[in-house]
Amino acid sequence: MIDDKTLDELREIAARYPEARSGLLPMLHLVQSVQGRITPEGIEACAAVLDISAAEVSGVATFYTMYKRHGVGDFHVGVCTNTLCAVMGGDEIFSRLKEHLEIGNDEVAVQRQGDSKTVSLEHIECNAACDYAPVMMVNWEFMDNQTPDSAVQLVESLRAGHEVSSTRGPRLCSWREVERVLAGFPDGRADEGPTAGPASVAGLEIARERGWTAPPGASAGARDDVADVPDDKQEAVEEADTSRAESETVQEASDD
Amino acid sequence: MTESTHGALTPVLTDTWDAEQGWKLDTYAAKGGYDALDTAFAMRPDDVITAVKDSGLRGRGGAGFPTGMKWSFIPQDNPKPKYLVVNADESEPGTCKDIPLMMGNPHVLVEGVIISSYAIRANKAFIYIRGEVVHVIRRVQAAVAEAYAAGHLGKDIHGSGYDLDVVVHAGAGAYICGEETALLEGLEGRRGQPRLRPPFPAVAGLYASPTVINNVESIASVPAIIRNGADWFASMGTEKSKGHGIFSLSGHVERPGQYEAPLGITLAELLDLAGGIRQGHQLKFWTPGGSSTPLLTADHLDVPLDFEGVGGVGSMLGTRALQIFDETVCVVRAVLRWTEFYKHESCGKCTPCREGTWWLVQALTRLENGQGSEADLDQLLDQCDNILGRSFCALGDGATSPISSSIQHFRDEYLAHLSHGGCPFDPARSTAWAGQEVTAS
Repeated sequence: MIDDKTLDELREIAARYPEARSGLLPMLHLVQSVQGRITPEGIEACAAVLDISAAEVSGVATFYTMYKRHGVGDFHVGVCTNTLCAVMGGDEIFSRLKEHLEIGNDEVAVQRQGDSKTVSLEHIECNAACDYAPVMMVNWEFMDNQTPDSAVQLVESLRAGHEVSSTRGPRLCSWREVERVLAGFPDGRADEGPTAGPASVAGLEIARERGWTAPPGASAGARDDVADVPDDKQEAVEEADTSRAESETVQEASDD
Repeated sequence: MTESTHGALTPVLTDTWDAEQGWKLDTYAAKGGYDALDTAFAMRPDDVITAVKDSGLRGRGGAGFPTGMKWSFIPQDNPKPKYLVVNADESEPGTCKDIPLMMGNPHVLVEGVIISSYAIRANKAFIYIRGEVVHVIRRVQAAVAEAYAAGHLGKDIHGSGYDLDVVVHAGAGAYICGEETALLEGLEGRRGQPRLRPPFPAVAGLYASPTVINNVESIASVPAIIRNGADWFASMGTEKSKGHGIFSLSGHVERPGQYEAPLGITLAELLDLAGGIRQGHQLKFWTPGGSSTPLLTADHLDVPLDFEGVGGVGSMLGTRALQIFDETVCVVRAVLRWTEFYKHESCGKCTPCREGTWWLVQALTRLENGQGSEADLDQLLDQCDNILGRSFCALGDGATSPISSSIQHFRDEYLAHLSHGGCPFDPARSTAWAGQEVTAS
């Protein structure tokens, strides 16, 4: 249930913003952390704290894909099946996991005798880790460069309750614990994991090997070639990269 | 190419990613981090804006609008508070630069936020990070906390009299929130649907107050510009596309990853550094800047990757998200999957996008299954024509890019699906592990 401590924390989130309603997205993350999903009770609590209607909160909760109206596992497993990861093997990983866990998309696998934790499965959109394709996420931590076999091993380790770490992040914690971090309550794990994964430094390593750097700073001798920058909005618009920005900004200019 | 003293790669933002605990304040400070604050505070805010204008920095989130000019649109005579909002909702398929940046060096973003907020005279800034990257959010939360503790944030920063508070805000899963006005709706606690423009955010943005919204990489580029000078930044890049940018190589290359280089480098040069297309295969098609930028082919290897060069061949530089596909990949499958993405992410506000993306998926699914006729291709292009420029925001426009460009370059492949009665490609040949089973046995 939503107890007084949670209500206090919901108010604390709202108080971070000049206008309280800005807190709604993190508040809903906190509801998920406490209740395991977006519940009618959680919606009412947010509505009461923000003094808006439950329908308004519900309208927001149903818009964003991270908010779940039904429970997920202790470990929510996502497989990227957007084009690049799908092509690199994400489709094969996703179908292997569905078969292995005997579930469809957005479902929770049965907790077998001996399993200490549950897992749920979802196919996800691009999670901004394309240089590590095919990518999986567990409770929104990166699991890079997966294969169908490694994916099956991963979910079995999770179900068995073994400690598992992100490939470039911390030890995995539960979905509810992660939701609390998303609500803006740090869990002290920021210092776990490396600075960057291997693909992130691919270019940097080459630059180091070859002694390539950016030019020295201004103190080492300024140059005269000031950028040929646009003088006005019109010129900037002509050079900007989208026809949409162009037409809209021209419109604004003519409204001035 | 002008004569230059620097290498083909110019690590600036990526320069600390190989440091031990690169995300910590001590690591950043040891490399001169937060020194640019004092330089900025010694300048008048308008002079900071001028410096960023003179550097030629253009928005790194896709559109390439001059950052300093965007700042100058903030009406300083407006009595309402001014806000800076960092767009850290990185979700464009193929784009994967801001996430490692915030993971590996969150302080450069925080320092950029402080200088940028000072320039536009904002006392409150928000960093809106997509929710699906919890460790990135941890690192940015921790960096902001460290910056407060060290006196880089809060009241009277460095004795300058300038105050700034920063809130780290987690999104909740919506590609559309990368669109700046939809992001503002999300940040105001509403459904992330774009707003009509004008008024532009610079005039009436967050809470109807003057607001600057910039991409992570744009803001993170600011400290070095202030530290080293506008000329330093402008000494990299090409005539109208200045400075360094992170190029993200993914897919069928030997060494995918992040390559920070002056704008204007070519895919041929980048592939050379990345070990080329995976062994035994050839480049078939690629996106220069995410899935919303029209596809290019092996004919475009030597196109300078700057705003003008890529625009000149009918695509867009976008976010420099270079997704590389070799000859094993079916372009129809690739395009269908992107189209399903746009359909899923359409916010539902406007009819051309909401209904149009649904119909595009129907039409492409039929073609991928080898059903229909060549006339369906023209109908597909006609559907695109009814979405492009007619939807409320750029999401609908972006949805048409892979379709129209793939039909332009690979019409025969669509037709092959019809004559073959289905997809002629074996998806197993495209996977990261294709061929390795054979080697192992």
